Amino acid sequence: MLKRRIIPCLDIKDGRTVKGVNFINLIDAGDPVELAKVYAKQGADELVFLDITATIENRKALGALVERIAAEINIPFTVGGGIDTVYDVSILIKAGADKVTVNSSVVRRPGLISEIARQFGNQCIVVAIDTKLVDHEWIVVVDGGRTITELKTIDWARSIEDLGAGEILLTSMNNDGTKTGFSIDITREVSRNVNIPVIASGGAGSMEHFRDVFFNTSCSAALAASIFHFGEIDIRELKKYLKHNGIAIR
Amino acid sequence: MIAILKYSAGNIKSVQNALTRLGYKSIITDNPSELSNADKVIFPGVGEASSAIYYLKERGLDKTIISLKQPVLGICLGLQLMCRFSEEGETKCLGIFDTDVRLFPPVDKIPHMGWNNCLTMKGDLFKSITIDDDLYYVHSYYAEISSFTLATCDYILPFSAAMQKENFYATQFHPEKSAETGEKILKNFLAL
Repeated sequence: MLKRRIIPCLDIKDGRTVKGVNFINLIDAGDPVELAKVYAKQGADELVFLDITATIENRKALGALVERIAAEINIPFTVGGGIDTVYDVSILIKAGADKVTVNSSVVRRPGLISEIARQFGNQCIVVAIDTKLVDHEWIVVVDGGRTITELKTIDWARSIEDLGAGEILLTSMNNDGTKTGFSIDITREVSRNVNIPVIASGGAGSMEHFRDVFFNTSCSAALAASIFHFGEIDIRELKKYLKHNGIAIR
Repeated sequence: MIAILKYSAGNIKSVQNALTRLGYKSIITDNPSELSNADKVIFPGVGEASSAIYYLKERGLDKTIISLKQPVLGICLGLQLMCRFSEEGETKCLGIFDTDVRLFPPVDKIPHMGWNNCLTMKGDLFKSITIDDDLYYVHSYYAEISSFTLATCDYILPFSAAMQKENFYATQFHPEKSAETGEKILKNFLAL
C-alpha cells in the first residue's frame, strides 16, 4: 500500500535553517545538512528545502548546498526559492535535487510549469500554492503572502495539473505558523479536484493535527517545519502514533 | 569498478552518491569499453522514454547495453527502457524484457509517488528484505507482470517492482533514494 508521507520543511537563509511565524521574525534553527541527516534517520519520508531569500548572488551558494545535501542523505528531496527559469531548475537538478518547487513565478508565468515538465518530467515539478481565505473564498496569494491575486485556489490547482505539475504543495496562510492544525477544508477540496498528489502544509502543532488531515482529506503528505526543528514533535513518535491510528505510514 | 551509464536522463549523480555512501567507487560514463569492462553496470534514470531511447540510439549505446555480460541494474526509467515497448511516446525500447510498459489508468493520483512495499519478492536482490519494508517510487508508467518479474508492488493495479533476465536486473523503485532498505538492495546487487 502507498504510504502517506511526513515531510519536514527546512527554510534556508544564507545557508542556515530558519522558520518564521507567518513568514516574519525568523529564528535560526541550525545547519540544514545536519538537520536533514537527523530527519532522514528519524524516518522522514522526504525533505523540502526552501531558500526564502533567494537572490541571484546566493543562488550559486544554494547549488553548493544542494550538492552537499545530495551527497549526505538517502531519501528524496525538493528544493525551491527564487526559481524563475528552466536554467534555475537545471542547476538544482544537476546539483542533485530530485524535485523543484515553484510558487510566485508560475502565477506570473504559468507556461514555466510546462517548460520545466517537458525538460525534466512532471514528477520533478512541485507547484506550491499559498492560499488565504478572503471574504469566505480561498484565493491564491504570492510573494510570501503579501500579494493577493484574483485566482481561486481550486481553479489554479486544476490549471497547474493541466500544465504538467507533478505535485501540489498547498499552504494555508491563515494557518501557517499558528499551530492550530492544517486547514482541512481547502486541503480536502484541492485533493478532491486534482489527480496529482497534494502535500498539506501550514498549521501543524500536534500529532493529532497530522492524524486529522490524513483522516479527513485524501492528501498524500503533510509538511511541517518549526515543530520538528525545535523538537516539539519527534518524527519517530509521530509515525508511531499515526500507524497506531490506522494511517498507512512507513 | 562500477560503471553508471551517462545519458540524457536525470538523477544519475544520485546513484553515484548512494554508492559513495556505501563505500564503493564508481564512474559515470558513456564510453562503450568502460561500460563493457566494468564489474557492474547501473542504468539509472528519471525522464521521458522516447527522448531517452533516441539519445541512446544516436550514440549506439543501445547496442552496448544489450551486449553487456556482467550484472546490470536498471532503475526506474532504466527498467522501462529495458522492456519491449513503452506507451510513453509510443516508444520501441531495448527489448531485454519481453514485456510492455503502460500508463497507469487514471483512477487514483498519478504519478505513483512515495513509499510502497512489495507484495511478493524473490531472488538475491531481495535478500533480507521483507514485505513490511517500503521503497520509494515515482512513476506514471509501469511494467506489466511477466515471467521476468522478481517482485510485485500494488498501486491501482499489481505491477513489476523488479525484474530479472539472466544478468539484467531492474527495479521500478529508486534504491538510491529508499533509505536503509534501498541501501540493502544496492548492496545485494553489488554482491552478485
